[in-house]
Amino acid sequence: MSNETWETVIGLEIHAQLATKSKIFSASATEYGAPPNAQASLVDLGYPGVLPVLNRAAVSMAVKFGLAIGAGITPLSVFARKNYFYPDLPKGYQISQYELPIVAKGHMDIVLDDGSVKRVGITRAHLEEDAGKSLHEGLGAHSGIDLNRAGTPLIEIVSEPDLRSAKEAVAYLKKIHTLVRYLEICDGNMQEGSFRCDANVSVRRRGEAKFGTRAEIKNVNSFRFVEKAINYEVARQIDLIESGGKVVQETRLYDPNKDETRSMRSKEEANDYRYFPDPDLLPVEVTPEFIASVRATLPELPDEKAARFVSQFGLSAYDAGVLTSSRELGAYYEAVVQGLPSEPKLAANWVNGELAAALNRDGLEIGASRIGADVLVGLLKRIADGTISGKIAKEVFEAMWDSGAAADAVIEEKGLKQISDPAAIEKAIDEVMAKSPGQLADYRSGKDKLFGYFVGQVMKATGGKANPAQLNELLKKKLAG
Amino acid sequence: MSIHTKTLPQLAAGLRAGEFSAVELARHFLGRIEAHGPALNALISVTADTALAQAAEADRLLAQGKGGPLTGIPLVHKDIFCTQGVRTTCGSRMLDNFVAPYDATVVAKLKAAGMVMLGKANMDEFAMGSSNETSFHGPVKNPWNTALVPGGSSGGSAATVAARLAPVATATDTGGSIRQPAALCGLTGLKPTYGRVSRYGMIAFASSLDQGGMMTASAEDAALVLAGMAGFDTRDSTSVDRPVPDYAAALDRPLKGLKIGLLKEFFDKGLDPDMERSVREALAVYQKLGATLTEVSLPSIGLSVPAYYVVAPAECSSNLARFDGVRFGYRCQDPKDLIDLYKRSRGEGFGAEVKRRIMTGTYVLSAGYYDAYYLKAQQVRRLIANDFERAFGEVDVIMGPTTPAPAFGLGDKTSDPITMYLNDIYTIGANLAGLPALSIPCAPVRQLPAGLQIIGRHFDEERLLNVAHAYQRETDWHTKVPAAYE
Amino acid sequence: MELTLPKVARTLATDATYSKATVYHFTLFFLQFAECVMKPEQIASIAHLARLSISETEVPVYAESLSRILSLVGELERAGTAGVAPMAHPLPGLTQRLRADEVTETDQHERYQANAPETAASLYLVPKVIE
Repeated sequence: MSNETWETVIGLEIHAQLATKSKIFSASATEYGAPPNAQASLVDLGYPGVLPVLNRAAVSMAVKFGLAIGAGITPLSVFARKNYFYPDLPKGYQISQYELPIVAKGHMDIVLDDGSVKRVGITRAHLEEDAGKSLHEGLGAHSGIDLNRAGTPLIEIVSEPDLRSAKEAVAYLKKIHTLVRYLEICDGNMQEGSFRCDANVSVRRRGEAKFGTRAEIKNVNSFRFVEKAINYEVARQIDLIESGGKVVQETRLYDPNKDETRSMRSKEEANDYRYFPDPDLLPVEVTPEFIASVRATLPELPDEKAARFVSQFGLSAYDAGVLTSSRELGAYYEAVVQGLPSEPKLAANWVNGELAAALNRDGLEIGASRIGADVLVGLLKRIADGTISGKIAKEVFEAMWDSGAAADAVIEEKGLKQISDPAAIEKAIDEVMAKSPGQLADYRSGKDKLFGYFVGQVMKATGGKANPAQLNELLKKKLAG
Repeated sequence: MSIHTKTLPQLAAGLRAGEFSAVELARHFLGRIEAHGPALNALISVTADTALAQAAEADRLLAQGKGGPLTGIPLVHKDIFCTQGVRTTCGSRMLDNFVAPYDATVVAKLKAAGMVMLGKANMDEFAMGSSNETSFHGPVKNPWNTALVPGGSSGGSAATVAARLAPVATATDTGGSIRQPAALCGLTGLKPTYGRVSRYGMIAFASSLDQGGMMTASAEDAALVLAGMAGFDTRDSTSVDRPVPDYAAALDRPLKGLKIGLLKEFFDKGLDPDMERSVREALAVYQKLGATLTEVSLPSIGLSVPAYYVVAPAECSSNLARFDGVRFGYRCQDPKDLIDLYKRSRGEGFGAEVKRRIMTGTYVLSAGYYDAYYLKAQQVRRLIANDFERAFGEVDVIMGPTTPAPAFGLGDKTSDPITMYLNDIYTIGANLAGLPALSIPCAPVRQLPAGLQIIGRHFDEERLLNVAHAYQRETDWHTKVPAAYE
Repeated sequence: MELTLPKVARTLATDATYSKATVYHFTLFFLQFAECVMKPEQIASIAHLARLSISETEVPVYAESLSRILSLVGELERAGTAGVAPMAHPLPGLTQRLRADEVTETDQHERYQANAPETAASLYLVPKVIE
């Protein structure tokens, strides 16, 4: 099994719950975590005689997404019924879109490991309603159905089978995740199920034109699991084919505990969904005026912002990419730069470095950062004006993070001001030189490496506060004799 | 004249004049229901307490000089309309224990207009049928001859009004289910334009064809009820936002210059000669009143029955999928597993005709057949709609027989669904095209009621009622009541 | 394979309500197109898709009636529909009304669950489903 023989082909179907207040076809609330069936109205329950009425916000959010991926917006799109029986589907059909989705072809660019940019095609995106939830534990010989989620608006985003590795798939998934949060159309909460991913995975021998039979891995709810699930599935399929078997078109579930995919028993039979246009809903018209009004609400998109950071602040593409991975983080960064316009790269290093590490460690999002943008500016100013060295600044940062104090207060309290007085540094150097005659002699006789020893000793003697640049200059002079 | 043969305006006048109270009216009709209802099997539920309470409320309003033309007037609702707190069965075992938690918009509107609900009328199961023989609660009898069917699916509504057990009954029409029973029972039955009356709370059979309407003894009465029922509803996406005219005010406009179209295809060798005679007699009355008759042709109309029997089953197979024994309705005993729960709840809860149509619908939508059947049927539907549009470029209304023949015997057509389906050949076209249509009584055929069908342009109910009323001023077929119920 | 045609024609002929003319008329209809006879296994698979229990004895009954219905419906084949747009809604040119994004529904689950065959802890119960 080698990469030369086999090619992986992946297409992703993403279901993102739209962040509307009410459901797509009923005026029920969409809040997560309500008591069972407290948010299931007669329309959501599929009671006899009830009818669907379309939520305007769901339409504008779908249009917003379409514009952001450079897709055409279908002027007259149609809702269709997808017919099948399952307890979490109260009407016995799901209202979705089939032949005429609201968003047509678009694309999303991803950055590969080697830094190159790949354009991933997006076939379509359409509106549909979510199903309810089934609970199988603690009810004896029963399953319990909670229809709170039934009717929540979803946008289903279908990629072309353009992805060629699990890594590419995750990169694409992350970009779409970032985008929908930027657009404020989805909160992207994968644990709560508001952003779900199904992966269609197949393999084929390199050079073959036809696609292999694909398996669908459903409902993987984290980026890490998506990568692992795809990798497992690819290996499984290759193994299967190489040992003379055939891949079956089926739905599989990923088990994160065992790190394997398993066939889904209940969905084994191919379903004939008997799609037809929903007669209770009329075609959805999206006018140029409507599109223009939605376009006016588009924020600066992640790629645009990243490009701007590169050109405006001289950042690397990588750094810009990290800083724009969320709207909040980008805004934080820009606030820092605004406070200290002369040091955009320094700001980037610190936001992507120490700050990111602290947030990660404490499990916080940028919005909950213990150090606000203006407070961070205070620290960076002291590095920029030489009050403290970069190394000392890390110590200051930790103290600020823990205590909530400002940079100056910490520097003052701990006496961490950098020593930049040449006389003081010279004095320290003299003392070290006096203490280390052996090393001095060795250095003067050609062992250049010992320079580092002297730097270290002076730093130790000054409690790390000697200005490194000055120390270097003065030490060179003195050691030279 | 007895109370139960008075028109709605006469009843309203009587109430205002204090000749009788709404409570007395309600009691009168409840008494008739008790006496005659069971033999006809016209009603599934009688809501006496509700009726008297609503009547008392109507009396209070009338005493204050308030209220409108429908205040205190009794009616029955076809058991397809959800009525809050009241059993709503749709004529099916599947919903036999179902108490609706809300009022259909039609029910709420007529309640707000002051009408008094006496009960829920029997009907073909889930509105599928043309004889009211598929109801879980047994067949309804035709008051004109209780060995005959009243028509369907709104057979209970028709029998109720024909026997004057109530002056008004709401009903629904998907392929002729108001007009055909109206014709077989000697009533005025109106199917409004699609979208004129809200479908919210009207249990769905075929969503793009269903429309709520009413049966009454006259166009005059129908005009008042339509004004109460019609109107835009934000809960129904297919409801049309269009003002509701004063239908009663338009009734007496002169007919002069009316152009009546006669459908060439409906007057062909398939039509019963006695029925043809009766219809042509009615047309002669219109000529006398100043209307002109023109022959029009709808070349695709012969395909209306095949198109309907693809579209309606397809939509119903999906609409009835919600009946699964999980959240309401019939559930089978001791389901072994989920599939068993579904199959037996539905297999036992639905009758044969419903299952037949669900299976037909499932088949025509299934993979490989969609294009040949469903898509094709919807294309033919457009052809038919276009034909009508062309015809209405030359004429104002289209007239013809409502049914090929008068009422047939109970059990005559139940062995073969096709012969039953052919009852609707004249009525189905208006549903496919969403056009308003009504049936009014014309001269009897072999001593049984016969119906003249009048089809109009979209939202032209004013004209339809006006045209019907003109005939009813010249003739008195619509006033006839079967002897046993006078 | 027995044509459904003779059976229908016989039924129509013996039905007193229909004149000879009608019989002639509809016989012609049926002669136009190929038979659409439903086989028992087709009935079984349709019944399964539609989640309807059908007994062994009922299968041939439904097979026959569905065959007849499909024969009736098969007449659509004759229609010239090239380039004709399908009509899903009877009123032309209407588009979907949009509702404002507001929550107006409240928690009514107790009232709604009064109709439910089986519930526990506010959940609707079904036989256990294994995924």
